Amino acid sequence: MTARVPPPPTDEPPILPAAFAGWFAGRGWTPRPHQIALLDHARAGRSALLIAPTGAGKTLAGFLPTLVRLTAEKAAARDRIGGRPPARTGIRTLYISPLKALAVDVARNLGTPVLEMGLPITVETRTGDTPVHKRRRQKLAPPDILLTTPEQLALLISARDADRFFSDLDEVVLDELHALVTSKRGDLLSLGLARLRRLAPGLRFTGLSATVADPDGLREWLGGVATPAELVTVAGGAKPNISILDTAERIPWAGHSARHALTDVYALIKAHKTTLVFVNTRSQAEMLFHALWTINDDTLPIALHHGSLDREQRRRVEAAMADNRLKAVVCTSTLDLGIDWGDVDLVVHVGAPKGASRLAQRIGRANHRLDEPSKAVLVPANRFEVLECRAAVDGNYLGAQDTPPLKAGALDVLAQHVLGMACARAFEADALYGEVTSAWPYRELDRATFDRVVDFVATGGYALRAYERYAKIRKGQDGLWRVTNPQVAQQYRLNVGTIIEAPLLKVRLIGKRSSVGRGGRVLGEIEEYFIETLAPGDSFLFAGEVVQLEGVRETEAFVSRAQSDEPKIPSYAGGKFPLSTYLAAEVRAMLADPSRWPSLPPQVGEWLAMQKLKSVLPSRDEMLVETFRRGDRFYLVAYPFEGRLAHQTLGMLLTRRLDRLGLKPVGFVATDYAISVWGLEDMGRAFERGRPTLGALFDADMLGDDLEEWLAESYLMKRTFRACALIAGLVERRHPGKEKSGRQVTVSTDLVYDVLRSHEPDHILMRATWEDASRTLLDVGRLSDMLSRIRGRIVHKRLERISPLAVPILLEIGRESVSGAADETILAESAEDLIEEAMG
Amino acid sequence: MNVAAAVAGETGRAAASPAGLASARVGGVTVELHPSGAMWLSATRTLVVADLHFEKASSFARFGQLLPPYDTAITLTRLEAVVAALAPDRVVALGDSFHDRHGAERLSPADAARLAALVGGREWLWITGNHDPEIGEHVGGARAADAEIGGLVFRHEPSATFVEGEVCGHLHPALTVVGRGRGVRRRCFATDGHRLVLPAFGSLAGGLDLFDQAFARVLSRARTVAHLIGAERLYRVPLTAARGR
Repeated sequence: MTARVPPPPTDEPPILPAAFAGWFAGRGWTPRPHQIALLDHARAGRSALLIAPTGAGKTLAGFLPTLVRLTAEKAAARDRIGGRPPARTGIRTLYISPLKALAVDVARNLGTPVLEMGLPITVETRTGDTPVHKRRRQKLAPPDILLTTPEQLALLISARDADRFFSDLDEVVLDELHALVTSKRGDLLSLGLARLRRLAPGLRFTGLSATVADPDGLREWLGGVATPAELVTVAGGAKPNISILDTAERIPWAGHSARHALTDVYALIKAHKTTLVFVNTRSQAEMLFHALWTINDDTLPIALHHGSLDREQRRRVEAAMADNRLKAVVCTSTLDLGIDWGDVDLVVHVGAPKGASRLAQRIGRANHRLDEPSKAVLVPANRFEVLECRAAVDGNYLGAQDTPPLKAGALDVLAQHVLGMACARAFEADALYGEVTSAWPYRELDRATFDRVVDFVATGGYALRAYERYAKIRKGQDGLWRVTNPQVAQQYRLNVGTIIEAPLLKVRLIGKRSSVGRGGRVLGEIEEYFIETLAPGDSFLFAGEVVQLEGVRETEAFVSRAQSDEPKIPSYAGGKFPLSTYLAAEVRAMLADPSRWPSLPPQVGEWLAMQKLKSVLPSRDEMLVETFRRGDRFYLVAYPFEGRLAHQTLGMLLTRRLDRLGLKPVGFVATDYAISVWGLEDMGRAFERGRPTLGALFDADMLGDDLEEWLAESYLMKRTFRACALIAGLVERRHPGKEKSGRQVTVSTDLVYDVLRSHEPDHILMRATWEDASRTLLDVGRLSDMLSRIRGRIVHKRLERISPLAVPILLEIGRESVSGAADETILAESAEDLIEEAMG
Repeated sequence: MNVAAAVAGETGRAAASPAGLASARVGGVTVELHPSGAMWLSATRTLVVADLHFEKASSFARFGQLLPPYDTAITLTRLEAVVAALAPDRVVALGDSFHDRHGAERLSPADAARLAALVGGREWLWITGNHDPEIGEHVGGARAADAEIGGLVFRHEPSATFVEGEVCGHLHPALTVVGRGRGVRRRCFATDGHRLVLPAFGSLAGGLDLFDQAFARVLSRARTVAHLIGAERLYRVPLTAARGR
């Protein structure tokens, strides 16, 4: 079902009208097969999913059917009624993008053909930044094409005039669909589309997506289970030219700074026109940017871009980038998606990409043209990352896809939507249930759960029916649910959306001896939980500078420029994405197969050979567990390669279990590749005596009571609950300027969680929290798969001393928590000891 | 990592009496602090609790935030437990006992009966607060804006001018201590030896960081000592040893 070009039936006009064909020809272009295929599906009234790599002209392809159709209709109408288009009350085409900036960018790009062909079509954007008067005018005189975001769609369909506004809608174009569908934003969007289907029967959808692992799932998501969207694919363009940095420097055993490669990266930047330097976390971005400037003898224009920076600053960087005024930008995932940059000719990826699909996307940012190969250099920051980079490069060449799978819809999102629908018009529960289950993520939602969600929206859904008189929505005699008062709708509008930022503090730069609490330039925003781990005087990297915390007042953190060039606090926020299952399997395979080692840098090959000599290299399906003594501590190191989140969960559970067995665990540390637990008793001896056996220790039953028990106390659950409570509308968001209204109007969601846990642990919101946390923060599914994978395949090696493979994770001990400069020195010294011990 | 251990490891142990009580000096008087967040004056067998905030959830529910309607029951359970443990002759509720002035009217029949049993069983004084400037007669007990007991002054809101030996609530003190790379936040008693601020007792009552400016006019920061509420005991932390925020 790939692109096909049918011969035009004789009684129909050509698929691409003359004006358009002329415009293409005028630019020296020929319509591409996928563009024609989309036109063909549109004419037949079918929804379509276009899967294409970056640079394939996706956006124009997505809009062509609309432009052709609107132009033809307007011409026909003009002929019919003498020069005046018919009166119309709503928009014709809706475009939805995950990013405001992308919507604005697309509006600009769409302007070109509309202007050059003189098409009688109006195009406007509607985002959170659109002024009120313009929004009002858009309702009265809607444009033909409206470009917006999922949140704005939720607002539009919850308005009283939604019926009218969408009654003329023919088509919805969804951009970067792969980036939306696996999140709660995607859930909300799917519900919005279900509503649009009802308001405008016969509606068609066009989805634009990068390559995904499961295109059939996405087709169903878009078109419906019964009528999946037609698939149009564009084969990848020129094979990207990806290499792993070849450095003369020693590759570090652990850490994420990639400092060893600094001069190499700088040389690459210098040798290219414009370089995008991707890293995985904000802290890495800060660190690398700072380090690059310390060696920037040519004062190359190198900029920094990440989500914590002040918006104005980000805008300036984006503008400079578009004008080709920058030599390099150090950035995080904020630049993963679609906006067209100037002439990027190199992508450098510092740190392992964590997923083959993500790597492909990022590499696509270079040379935004299909027929030229993108050029990318991967810079692994440590030895395990070398293996991972190698696996990702092989994966990219093989076209492997490891995008996250589609998932069932979140209940907190459903609660928000139900309230929104009541705001739009009174609803009948049966009809809304039917509509909701027509959305892919909710297709398996049972009626009892739906009713509990409605009950939650109405009165909180508590077993103790205390709030009938405060109901937000109520069922009338006519069987219809409606909002009980206008404030409910107002509240809904202020709280719409699923993006819950971690609580952020504004960072203000003040003079060294100025008083905290007044003035200072805003540098950006920082997670409250990071600042909570600092004491005044502690220095850290922010906005490319080493700053020192002076103090915190209300929602602002005050910092001054630090004297020293070395920040005392090494980092904030851990790895953002866990290692993908696909890459994990590839890394395990590579370890097990010495014939693949020659493709690795010699130092890394030597490291693996040494491991084989001193300990064991597990086969692909085995899991190695090493135990050894170091100083007065006994260590257990396991290598599941299942990503940091699953390992952290495993660490918590193992520690509890070892504690119960009297093996006195003291702490643990988890990376993407391995986990290490240390304690006061000899675990190796205990395993050899079968007290416990390793099989029992790693038995999947730890996911039962142990998990429940641990979660009861875990701050992870509280953090998840907060997001669910905000999305579901149990508590209101803090709105800018209202923070100071005091304790009376806010309530701690942690306390609410404690109350619910003790008195109604089966509450619908607790269920939503559990589902959310187990999937995202804990990666329970993956841990569970791993535990069954290794059953009967655990290899125990009791060692006299630390093994080469264990060095990296032991070096992470202490890095995970905040440590001062003195600690860093001690670490560096003991690090050398570890290596000597292992290799000597 | 066990939270209580982290707190202890970071801050050092307080001398705790067998009943879990810790003692502190306020305005020259020795008082005892209970891990429930209540203060105990053994000489007069007086129990003092601050900021119960009964019916906070239903107060929010009136305006569309339908919080779990169990907060009053939980607070009552805690109060019953400490009353049973110490058998006071007198209880002083140090203001903001109800989250709003209509709170007492919204008590469920079951909660109202439990409260009546508590109030009826001993001498009971409601100090009025900003949330509950008046408390209906039907809940029983006596009412006052402030009181003097055993050489200490009891008042909901700390006085604007310095008062030696003043015991108050209102501010909901809480403190975060940092250990092993993360912070642990707990409600706490806070005293500089001259005045004492009690933690909020109510299950849904939030906390205000001890480093907030609001405490600066009440307590001398250099001399402030916090007693953090742990699972079964209190942890004594001088403010100078805690992190600043």
